[in-house]
Amino acid sequence: MNTTLDTAQPAKAGREDMDRLDGAWYLDKLVQTLVFVGGISAIVFIIGIFAFITKEGLGFIIHDLNLKEFFLSPRWAPTSSYHPTYGILALIAGTASVTGLAMVVAVPFSLGAAIFIAEFASGKLREGLKIVVELLAAIPSVVWGFIGLTIMNPLIIKLFDVPVGLNVLNAGIILGLMAAPIMTSISEDALKAVPDRYREAAEALGATRWQVIYKTVLPAAKNGLLGAVLLGVGRAFGETMAVLMATGHAINIPTSVFDSVRALTATIAAELGETAEGSEHFQALFTIGIFLFLITFIINLTADLIVRGVRKG
Amino acid sequence: MFDATALNRRNHRVQGLFRLLFGTMTMLLIIPVLIILGTLIVEGGPALSIDFLFSAPTNGMTAGGIFPALLGTVWLVAVALLVSVPLGVAAAIYLSEYAGNNWLTRLINLAIINLAGVPSIVHALFGVGAFVLFFGMGTSILAASLTLAIMTLPVVIVATLQSLQAVPHAFREACWNMGATRWQTIRRVVLPNAISGILTGIILEVSRTAGETAPIMFTGAVFFSPFLPQGILDQTMALSLHLFVISTQVPNVPEHLPFAVALVLIAMVLLMNSLSIAFRVYLRGKKKW
Repeated sequence: MNTTLDTAQPAKAGREDMDRLDGAWYLDKLVQTLVFVGGISAIVFIIGIFAFITKEGLGFIIHDLNLKEFFLSPRWAPTSSYHPTYGILALIAGTASVTGLAMVVAVPFSLGAAIFIAEFASGKLREGLKIVVELLAAIPSVVWGFIGLTIMNPLIIKLFDVPVGLNVLNAGIILGLMAAPIMTSISEDALKAVPDRYREAAEALGATRWQVIYKTVLPAAKNGLLGAVLLGVGRAFGETMAVLMATGHAINIPTSVFDSVRALTATIAAELGETAEGSEHFQALFTIGIFLFLITFIINLTADLIVRGVRKG
Repeated sequence: MFDATALNRRNHRVQGLFRLLFGTMTMLLIIPVLIILGTLIVEGGPALSIDFLFSAPTNGMTAGGIFPALLGTVWLVAVALLVSVPLGVAAAIYLSEYAGNNWLTRLINLAIINLAGVPSIVHALFGVGAFVLFFGMGTSILAASLTLAIMTLPVVIVATLQSLQAVPHAFREACWNMGATRWQTIRRVVLPNAISGILTGIILEVSRTAGETAPIMFTGAVFFSPFLPQGILDQTMALSLHLFVISTQVPNVPEHLPFAVALVLIAMVLLMNSLSIAFRVYLRGKKKW
């Protein structure tokens, strides 16, 4: 990687510097190669993930996939003995409704919390809140699912007088609470990245704290905040255990927040263990995996481009 | 001249109002979680005991303890760390010390973001396709740990990268000027100054790996096993999967049991994270430059 050397680095040993070609020099080259392998491993793994899930799903895509049925039929009945159907429309609706509700819950609160932590809180309060947010982000998804199952479920049944509490509302709130800490901390970073001289200039013009935030900081941090929201969407979209446990797992296009649904991710988690390796059903689940991979790839890429745009601008 | 005008007072009130509004929003995010944690403690706490941690489940998992699951999680995390830590630290050293500002570096960063962003169940599918089937490891601790390692690699890379970049560039230049090679500089100057930051990253990695469920479901963790794992090619129970199993798959589980498992899992994870944070705060206070 000679092209990566800049002027601040030691001169490349040439033939004329034979005295540099000792053990230390060879060790240096060896380590450079090793860390380079480590560096590109992330690329290798991402390509590997796509290659291996495609390999397992390819048979279905070539032989059985009916694009129209796959995306437009709400009937997911892979185990039907007379006519197995693979339609993921209802599953997409399930994922979309839960993710959508989660964002409705989480976006305003995350942005509010980020503004409070970055612009209003100071000193110990600020440090304390940042630590709490970090700890909240660490709660495992299976624990969130368990909370949906045992705490939210009876609560929703009681509060809204509905027969089942495992539904869009339950999973949406759970996912919102899960995604909020990450969105809060990335938004807070985005707000902090706005240079203080912007704030000082606005304050010098006589703006109050809120006017500074509303007219100066928020517009300047716009892209970073958008990136944070997108990462939250990606996180909620790809969540598996919590939606498996809290949605009710019923194939259904929801008409209200009290309907049970089933998500794309949860379908794979629930069914993969029951399918024979290489069967049509097995391959269909991998095909859903490819779909999930591509969607999250696009979400993450977009978020990255938006956030990067900020840094350059 | 410096008396507050009506406008000043109004502005002051508006600002107080917004402060209150955003403060309330922050609290509304935090308080429900505290209530939930409180409920977990109240419901699961009484069932906790040393015996619960160190005995096996009995009566079709409706009684007894969680020892095999706890031990399985330790196995999974340990093997995953053996892979993810060297690889992640190497990647971070490359990005911090060698990589230039070029397309390859951008590609690596993009890959890291996506490794962290791909749904956990897709990582599970990859683990099944690659490790369980293609490389013939079967459902084993090895396959599950490799899947976990790849999934959590970004945690190590990002934490290590941050602590490497926190070492001032002047330290490196001073070392190079004395004729040290690049590796000598990294080994003698950069790493010693960054090692504690890397350690906090590793603690975070442990916590993250221990809590994951979906990636191990089909790659090496089983609902129930009468045996403790003897090696990395055995299957194992795991704490996170055990919580899923006894709260959804097993009938007639007494109510306190899954609460106790959830409490152990969450206590483990939060303890690790608190440790990592405390370590970080302590180091920040000690920093000399």
